[in-house]
Amino acid sequence: MSIPLNAAPGAELPKSGRLSRLRAGLALVVENRSALVGLVCVSLLLLVALFAPLIAPYEVDAFTDGVLEGPSWMHPFGIDQIGRDVFSRVVEGTRISLAVGLLAVTISLVAGTIIGLLAGYYGGMVDSVLMRAMDIVLALPYVLMAVLIAAILGPSLQNGIIAIGLVRIPRFARVVRGATMSVAQLQYVEAARSIGASDFRIILHEILPNILGPLIVYFTLSLGDAILAAAVLSFLGLGAQPPMPEWGAMLNEAQRYLTTHPFLSVFPGIFIFVTVLSFNLLGDGLRDVLDPKSRR
Amino acid sequence: MTPGQLNGAMPTGQSLLAIRDLDLFFDTRQGPVQALAGVTLDLAPGESLGIVGETGSGKSMTARAVMGLLPKSGRISGGSIRLKGQELTGLSARALRAIRGRQVAMVFQEAKRALNPVKTIGSQIMEAARARDGVTKAQAWERCLTQLARVGLPDPDRVMRSYSFELSGGMAQRVMIAIATVAGAELIIADEPTAALDVSIQAQILDLLNQLRSDLGTALVMITHDLGVAAENCDRIAVMYLGQIVEIAPADRLFQDPRHPYTCALIAALPSPEQRGRPIGEVRRVAPPPKGYAYADRRLGRGGVNPDKAQMIEVAEGHFVACQQPLPGAQAADGGRE
Repeated sequence: MSIPLNAAPGAELPKSGRLSRLRAGLALVVENRSALVGLVCVSLLLLVALFAPLIAPYEVDAFTDGVLEGPSWMHPFGIDQIGRDVFSRVVEGTRISLAVGLLAVTISLVAGTIIGLLAGYYGGMVDSVLMRAMDIVLALPYVLMAVLIAAILGPSLQNGIIAIGLVRIPRFARVVRGATMSVAQLQYVEAARSIGASDFRIILHEILPNILGPLIVYFTLSLGDAILAAAVLSFLGLGAQPPMPEWGAMLNEAQRYLTTHPFLSVFPGIFIFVTVLSFNLLGDGLRDVLDPKSRR
Repeated sequence: MTPGQLNGAMPTGQSLLAIRDLDLFFDTRQGPVQALAGVTLDLAPGESLGIVGETGSGKSMTARAVMGLLPKSGRISGGSIRLKGQELTGLSARALRAIRGRQVAMVFQEAKRALNPVKTIGSQIMEAARARDGVTKAQAWERCLTQLARVGLPDPDRVMRSYSFELSGGMAQRVMIAIATVAGAELIIADEPTAALDVSIQAQILDLLNQLRSDLGTALVMITHDLGVAAENCDRIAVMYLGQIVEIAPADRLFQDPRHPYTCALIAALPSPEQRGRPIGEVRRVAPPPKGYAYADRRLGRGGVNPDKAQMIEVAEGHFVACQQPLPGAQAADGGRE
């Protein structure tokens, strides 16, 4: 039918695909020093976790020749009270801690996002009921929650993960709810409605992709917290049980030797510290990169 | 002169859109505020109607009522909206969804903000194209490309792959129009489609809307505060004030022979080479609306009729004015300020 009346002037499109955008994003991360440090450390930890069996010179439960020996070339982190190589155990512990953090935060992420989207999008009664329920959960300290779950299901790493995951749901719900409320007012949501999109479609296709930024930031920041919380629970005996080489559980075993053989506590402690710090640095950096308002 | 219940001017059988005595209230903490008071109008297939009025006059709310996109606090308390004979008020959300996009579509003021920044243009226009029943993905894709070419975008393939922030304002508005028309809607509602654009682009977009109207036979409701834009692009113009249509007439008639004092003031206030625009006072919105003269705060000259208390009177064929009683001709004027 009709031919283009007058092709839009200045109709040049920039030649940018997904790849160049990804590259631009990466450049921003590299520019941001704390994000870069965080990214490098997290990547290293991931590599360690991935190749733990290759890196660890001994089996985690294998007994070596000595007992309670300090660091040496053969045993860089020393030997513990029953003759196990601490380095191998700490390396294996990286695997456990990262997995624990990821699992726990994924529970919070999935449940919190669903609740936050519903509360933020529908508002009114739905919002009130869901968020009041969240307030109740928020009032429970995670240790108390873990004690409750341990009392019912028995102390184990799995139950520790559940406790940590449950406790963080409200925080995700709040972050998502706030972001959803602000996105839901935007005109493209109304535009989607004007071409007949359903609520479900709007939530999934219009709102969710636009709140991924804050969600990714909060996910990353939460990983550090969750790993720390898991270590705390294990240290208290509510999470991983010996002889599992979980960092917190190792600290628990090592505390009796704190005065005589401090290195037993130092290395797992350093790993907990570095891991939490790395995730926090990365999360902060990502926030700077993903939130255009805080840039420069 | 017939006092008009049928003041939209055509038998309902012919009209695409028929709004009758539409009342809309907003529930606020101060109590209900009336946003629309007895709006009545008709639109024929393929016709273009301009709705002109200042901010808060109810022109956008009229459009949103037709789209079924009223804010949550809005409540239609009376009247009817019929689209091709189908009553829209009181329709379920699901039924309304089926109408949006397929029969009525909307073009927004700022196209760039009406496009999702994290989705490609392609995925957004495809969503609209696939709303049509029984369209395969490949067919829909073809339709999208055709439609993007029709709205004057070069290289539709590339447009499909780009994001809204890669487009200029004019291109984004063209995309928006393509999205609105791709599913074959018979009525396009354009809410200030050019207000956010450069003057030179404005003319192109308006031309495009008119071109599409004649090509596709879609009807167009254009909401604007710019009387000039409405005059050049619409068959008929409705002037709204405080939730009422105060005058509705064919575009040229409205300019030649405006009857309502408010219309007269609007036309007189248009900037001309001799005179820059002249202010006509500010609107006052109070809840509950004050009794008495709705124009008391306005600097209005004398029109052909007394404007208070609406009843639509046909003063010439297709030319209706809201006024108190039928008045013979333009002389018996008692309008203006008291």
